[in-house]
Amino acid sequence: MNTHTIPHTSAKDTVVRQQHALQDPKWVRWSLIAIALGFITLFICLPLGLVIYQALSKGIEAYWTALTQADTLAAIRLTLLVAIVTVPLNTLFGITAAWAITRFEFKGKSFLTTLIDLPFSVSPVISGFIFVLLFGAEGWFGKLLATYDIKIIFSAPGIILATLFVTFPFVARQLIPLMQEMGHQEEEAALSLGASGWKTFYSVTLPNIKWALLYGVLLCNARAMGEFGAVSVVSGHIRGLTNTLPLNVEVNYNDYDVVGAFASASILAGLAIVTLVLKTLLEWKQASR
Amino acid sequence: MSIILSDISKNFGSFAALHNINLEVPEGELVALLGPSGCGKTTLLRIIAGLEHTDQGSVIINGENKTSQNVSQRGIGFVFQHYALFRHMTVFENVAFGLRVKPRHTRPSNEIIKKKVHALLDLVQLDWLHDRYPDQLSGGQRQRIALARALAVEPSVLLLDEPFGALDASVRKDLRLWLRNLHHDLNVTSIFVTHDQEEAMEVASQVVVLNHGHIEQQGSPSEIYDNPTNAFVSRFIGQTNVFDLDEHDNEWLRNVGIINANSTGRIAHVRPHDILIEKSESHQDATATLKDWQHLGALIRLELVKNDHHASKSLFAEMPKEQFKALALKIGDVVKLKIRHAHWFH
Ligand SMILES: Nc1ncnc2c1ncn2[C@@H]1O[C@H](COP(=O)(O)OP(=O)(O)OP(=O)(O)O)[C@@H](O)[C@H]1O
Ligand SMILES: [Mg+2]
Repeated sequence: MNTHTIPHTSAKDTVVRQQHALQDPKWVRWSLIAIALGFITLFICLPLGLVIYQALSKGIEAYWTALTQADTLAAIRLTLLVAIVTVPLNTLFGITAAWAITRFEFKGKSFLTTLIDLPFSVSPVISGFIFVLLFGAEGWFGKLLATYDIKIIFSAPGIILATLFVTFPFVARQLIPLMQEMGHQEEEAALSLGASGWKTFYSVTLPNIKWALLYGVLLCNARAMGEFGAVSVVSGHIRGLTNTLPLNVEVNYNDYDVVGAFASASILAGLAIVTLVLKTLLEWKQASR
Repeated sequence: MSIILSDISKNFGSFAALHNINLEVPEGELVALLGPSGCGKTTLLRIIAGLEHTDQGSVIINGENKTSQNVSQRGIGFVFQHYALFRHMTVFENVAFGLRVKPRHTRPSNEIIKKKVHALLDLVQLDWLHDRYPDQLSGGQRQRIALARALAVEPSVLLLDEPFGALDASVRKDLRLWLRNLHHDLNVTSIFVTHDQEEAMEVASQVVVLNHGHIEQQGSPSEIYDNPTNAFVSRFIGQTNVFDLDEHDNEWLRNVGIINANSTGRIAHVRPHDILIEKSESHQDATATLKDWQHLGALIRLELVKNDHHASKSLFAEMPKEQFKALALKIGDVVKLKIRHAHWFH
């Protein structure tokens, strides 16, 4: 009898003790929650609300006028153009890089892995300067470009290049750990069943990585539309020509056009909220897989 | 179809995983590739399938040199150790995959695919699971689906990497027999990898023993068991007692009959069932003492200690249960040994 009861109670004891260890006193719990909530309110919700409040401070009509003025529309167009070019390119690049890193053995693989993170580790301003140094009037290729009358810096191509550079890690970073964890047995199985390389990717790899891929694309898009630092260096701030939405916010603000600045900002804020919602959905999808 | 491997070598960096493998598998045979962990079984199988390139040598299937052919063109069924089922497809779609990816002009119609997949699922007795996903199956079920998937493309050769490796003992036993019967019905040339000698002996018609990347012996299960060509094979296939002449009292070895007229070599291997045991009348002629014994189903395994001046490891002998009962032995009893057969190695 004894031998049966002793381990039983001790097991119960440890369960109870574990619960205690995980449960801090009430006041600690509540104050931690309050601090976290306060932080989020102060630094995230409040600014977001303020953006919308300021944008609408002179009424909905003023907001609409600000949104539809030529410069703002041009900024929206440029921002969309940048996203439309950079996001697909970086998606393609991300998949290629992830594939190469997780499926092949080659020299310099770890170097490539590190290199992918480079845009995350340098300041965006420096990323912008790299392109000025390369393609600016005084840059390495400046003279060459001038002879053919090609403009990169202070025009859309420069903005696109800078954005490409800044956003290229997003997709690859999402895919590499997932594809590493997945291994390639399923792909080998598909190949052994006679599937071509493309078919294998399309019908075996892609379905397994699609949520992570979408997640990466989403983050890449958010950054491509919202990038300020790198773009600011290469854009030249030419109204109606080389201002993206984030730059337009700054230009309007510096002109004391508060409604104009916040109208542009409200679009970016809206984008942020949409991104956040989609991101949550995707995370939930990924977790339920 | 027949498989011929000639002079295959494979290195991973400076590590030689396989060297100079020569192997012939006649058509319709079920061959076991047997060897300890890390000896290169999977590597050899992957080379046959085309999932790995050789450094040297050629793979010839049905008279055709396939060495440089791509895996997707070789027409080989491969069953992976961990099944590698497509996790986002149902069982049905998994099995249908090989048919659906065929080039348009050879691709069967949906009707035929459907019929064929259900027939295959019937063959592995799992048609009732056709709309499940792989993670809703048990290990044994996944194994059988993986097999059905590989069979769907009517491969010329079937390769199985430790097909029962991840299953528990009773499921393994069932599936072994099932695989043998299936092979009997389909008669497709098959190679399966295992590191379980019992499994190899039970399922295969031919056994290839691999060690450190080269073939130690190839033959039928009984050939390998009865005539191991070297000490490694003898020790790897079944239990064996090892007697090194330098470490044993030769007088004792002569008494029990290991050393006799046709002894050659320096090391003798004796199977447990080749040790005959009689109850000893006097301590004078006693050659061993019973230390312990265990049930092995119908057999009893006796652990014996030699009665000589060299205190050494225990010996193991086996005998039918009835015989053990008739002898009425107790632990500590002295016995007389007679060894009727030994394998000699240098
Ligand atoms: N891609 C690789 N790179 C480097 N070494 C490898 C690679 N694949 C296998 N090896 C080495 O080759 C040897 C043979 O490996 P293999 O997988 O063929 O063994 P195995 O006989 O299948 O073993 P197990 O029974 O454990 O599966 C091992 O020592 C392994 O470390
Ligand atoms: Mg293996």
